[in-house]
Amino acid sequence: MYEFNYRKVDSVAAAVEAMQQAEDGKFVAGGQTMLPTMKHRLASPSDLIDLGGVAELTGISVENENLIVGAMTTHAAVAASAEVQQAIPALARLAGNIGDPAVRNRGTLGGSIANHDPAADYPAAVIALGATVQTSKRAIPAEEFFTGMFETALKDDEIVTSVSFPLPEAAAYMKFENPASRYAIVGVFVAKTGGEVRVGVTGATACAHRGFRLEAALGGELDAGGIDAVELPVEQMNSDIHASAEYRAHLVKVMTKRAVEACQ
Amino acid sequence: MSTVSMTVNGEAVCGEVESRTLLVQFLRENLGLTGTHVGCDTSQCGACVIHVNGKSVKSCTMLAIQADGADVTTIEGLANEAGLHPMQQAFMDNHGLQCGFCTPGMVMSALDIVNRNGHELDESTVRKELEGNICRCTGYHNIVKAVQAGAKAMGGS
Ligand SMILES: Cc1cc2nc3c(=O)[nH]c(=O)nc-3n(C[C@H](O)[C@H](O)[C@H](O)COP(=O)(O)OP(=O)(O)OC[C@H]3O[C@@H](n4cnc5c(N)ncnc54)[C@H](O)[C@@H]3O)c2cc1C
Ligand code: FES
Ligand code: FES
Repeated sequence: MYEFNYRKVDSVAAAVEAMQQAEDGKFVAGGQTMLPTMKHRLASPSDLIDLGGVAELTGISVENENLIVGAMTTHAAVAASAEVQQAIPALARLAGNIGDPAVRNRGTLGGSIANHDPAADYPAAVIALGATVQTSKRAIPAEEFFTGMFETALKDDEIVTSVSFPLPEAAAYMKFENPASRYAIVGVFVAKTGGEVRVGVTGATACAHRGFRLEAALGGELDAGGIDAVELPVEQMNSDIHASAEYRAHLVKVMTKRAVEACQ
Repeated sequence: MSTVSMTVNGEAVCGEVESRTLLVQFLRENLGLTGTHVGCDTSQCGACVIHVNGKSVKSCTMLAIQADGADVTTIEGLANEAGLHPMQQAFMDNHGLQCGFCTPGMVMSALDIVNRNGHELDESTVRKELEGNICRCTGYHNIVKAVQAGAKAMGGS
């Protein structure tokens, strides 16, 4: 890891200012991706701006039929939260199955979605639940937030402050996990909200996305009968040592069926 | 360089660190507490697990400077004059180690499991909760038994 200036801040405004002053700054949240990336010298920021002391970025509340989770809320806190377990139990379970206990004690919601690893779990939920990402500048709808592999709509000096999840009538997440890292080889989040059924897919392709073909087969119902017949574009699937493109395409359908069944 | 101060195993300590000094480096190199191990550079193996403010963290994936003011417990903080901690004793009694490289992290994770799940642990809970700790030797069987026995012994004491 190359040396950098460490900047500890206590407010969103101070973090933005520190970023604007830095030559090539980066935010650090839980550090569970940022620090390994810096160790491998895949990133070497001039300044590391630590959001760990920004109290306004943590917290969980339910307001106007929305579950609002602060960006710096750890996976462990989301998993253990009685409010999340009651409002969107599938989200609490998702958080409780990210990585391992020590990773969950540091890793955060904001860090996970800002990083947008194509195998991360949260993006599937953010998309399927039709969440809104609140930042230091604006509100970004889920579908516009994830733009490509490790790419999001965020500007360099923009901070995710919270994510607002509309409460669904039913929701479930199923992941086929990598047995070493627990990242999703394929993860599918299915949610029924306001009479509409949405499917969020992660791990399968370069970018977490809505499964429009799967949604069309469901036709607004929690009935997986039509899923087997869906044709998925195999050429767009990731292919690596963990799973071939064909296998991933197959897993997307299996995980969708399981998630739909778990919604019932 | 900046100065950090924290409590490690009940003692106030301080030292000079670079921004990039990892917490595990500070423990091992500045404080000479070499019980906390480094087994990987991908944050996956768990050999470096310690407790920071009562919660398990991978000390290879936290900066020393981020632990400024924190309360840290490492494997060296468990035994006392009366002998080994019940969880350490359980690892010994159940042959929960071979080379011992993963053991400090296993024991620190085990204590975190007990803190969150209590003293009666079933096998599947222990296996799931130990997902972040990798052992190259034992095949995990005796580690799981040791964690269950250690948890029970902690409840009895
Ligand atoms: C062993 C291991 C296993 C894992 N397994 C899984 C898994 O199964 N599923 C899964 O989904 N993830 C997994 N992760 C990743 C983990 O969930 C982390 O939480 C996630 O990588 C990033 O969150 P973080 O808070 O650590 O962010 P950091 O590492 O601190 O930051 C990541 C990136 O996001 C940016 N950033 C952070 N917070 C903000 C913010 N509020 N606003 C704007 N930008 C921000 C940073 O600048 C950086 O570029 C695993 C990680 C490890 C080490
Ligand atoms: S050394 Fe920390 S997880 Fe491997
Ligand atoms: S006892 Fe050797 S790595 Fe676990």
